[in-house]
Amino acid sequence: MIPETISFEQILFLGLAALAVVAAFNIILQRNPIYSALSLIVTLCVTAALFLLLSAPFIAVLQIIVYAGAIMVLFVFVIMLLNVREEESRTDRQRYLKWLAPPLFLALVGEVFLVIRYVQSTPPPIISANSPDIHPAQSLGSAESIANSLFTKYVLPFEMTSVLILMAIVGAMLLARRGSKEEIERIEQALAADQVELEEADRMDLVEK
Amino acid sequence: MSELINSIDSKFIIEALIKIVIVFVIGLLSPLSMNWIERRMLALIQNRLGPNRVGPFGLFQSIADGIKFLFKEDIVPLAANRWLYTLAPVVAVIPAFMVGIVYPFGKEINLPYLGPTTLYVTRFNVALLYVLAMTSLAIYGIVLAGWGSNSKYSLLGGLRSSAQMISYELSLTLALIGAILQAGSLDLVKIVEQQSGWGGMGWFIFFFQPLGFLIYLISAIAETNRVPFDLPEAETELVGGFHTEYSSSLKFAMLFMAEYVNMLTVSILATVVFLGGWNGPFVNVKDYPLVGLLYFFLKVGFFMFLYIWLRGTLPRFRYDQLMNFGWKVLLPLALLNIVISAVIGVFAY
Repeated sequence: MIPETISFEQILFLGLAALAVVAAFNIILQRNPIYSALSLIVTLCVTAALFLLLSAPFIAVLQIIVYAGAIMVLFVFVIMLLNVREEESRTDRQRYLKWLAPPLFLALVGEVFLVIRYVQSTPPPIISANSPDIHPAQSLGSAESIANSLFTKYVLPFEMTSVLILMAIVGAMLLARRGSKEEIERIEQALAADQVELEEADRMDLVEK
Repeated sequence: MSELINSIDSKFIIEALIKIVIVFVIGLLSPLSMNWIERRMLALIQNRLGPNRVGPFGLFQSIADGIKFLFKEDIVPLAANRWLYTLAPVVAVIPAFMVGIVYPFGKEINLPYLGPTTLYVTRFNVALLYVLAMTSLAIYGIVLAGWGSNSKYSLLGGLRSSAQMISYELSLTLALIGAILQAGSLDLVKIVEQQSGWGGMGWFIFFFQPLGFLIYLISAIAETNRVPFDLPEAETELVGGFHTEYSSSLKFAMLFMAEYVNMLTVSILATVVFLGGWNGPFVNVKDYPLVGLLYFFLKVGFFMFLYIWLRGTLPRFRYDQLMNFGWKVLLPLALLNIVISAVIGVFAY
């Protein structure tokens, strides 16, 4: 099973894969949400490096830009903004959930093994993005091939996703604006123009205890 | 083991390593020299002298400061999160230096003994996206420094900076898309080659991308947290912002270095994407690669000077002005620029 000579790429793969698994475990083992988020970022970056090993630099870079650079920044931002401290143990509330974990875990492991067996029986035709004799639009994981399939074969799901995202944006705006009218007025008053126009008498409020 | 070594192209590796060291040294030296130039230039603008005691014209001031950073006592605040406080400067500095491998200083140069050598460490077909990915990671250093210090000022600085960088990263990327559409490539070297027309003056800033350049420039200054968008470290309200608790030790030096290398990166990106990289008038840079190198560094130097110039002349934005400007002015303009570029792309080529 174990090959006698190991190539440089295999050593890289093994190291990176081990790091990814360790970081992934760390996500669920950490109690402090910020450590979990950081572990997730490590996992995502290592996965990007694995994509590089598969000669798919475009996907690797997108992985970092979209997940590590945008989504996780928002996660970390929210964790800091809400100042979430260490998670309290909630075993009493979700006592029965833990019995669900073993069967789900076994199902996942079984799925992985099925996929591996399927791939071993029918190796897919992988075309490297780096091989020079292939047109970039045909190779797997290049910017051209992804754009091609995104705007031809998968154009409907792609557009649907953008409509969904637009709906989410509008929804978020609506929720954020639903504060009481007085509050909005108070905030608006605090804004620039009003500050300048204030009379001297308005500048200080005395609060009686 | 020997097979393992044989499987790697040793000449390629050695060449790449030497180039990486050179780029790394450039990255290390740029904060030192930039710091001295900035202090002297600011002094000139503000009608005073600036550092002039250490060495001729105070040239060694930065080196003296660097030595001070090295030997100063390293204090970790008791309340700080030790782990993150130490990790933050490292996280800030590593992506900043990692961008260096795609800096395209020039095309090719004929070195004695070595033959033709490319003036970049590597090129690949998504290099521009790689730069954006690495600069988007730069934010974690600031955010972690702000959170890990466990101080109000630091936390506010970190939060402000993450909000600011998320907002301006959008317009920055969208401003680049216009130029990408025009070049038809994400490879930095290819983008520069596309601008070699018109006697070396076919720069994208002149050809259909002046608006994109302006948006890029403003977003880049906001992205690197410099005046007039230096709200994450606004002294008058936040003391030092995210680096308040970093007491001039080596950790502070690393945060400082990351900021300056990021400035270098966005300056190089502006040069490459909008100002024609190593292309320039009067000579054919293919025959005189050294002139191309000179053009390149002149343009980058101009942007670095611009940073100082702005710092010496402009007041700081207020926070709500910053957000309004980013989301309500720059972002729509960047989208408009993409539409214009796409229309030009359809009709002009």
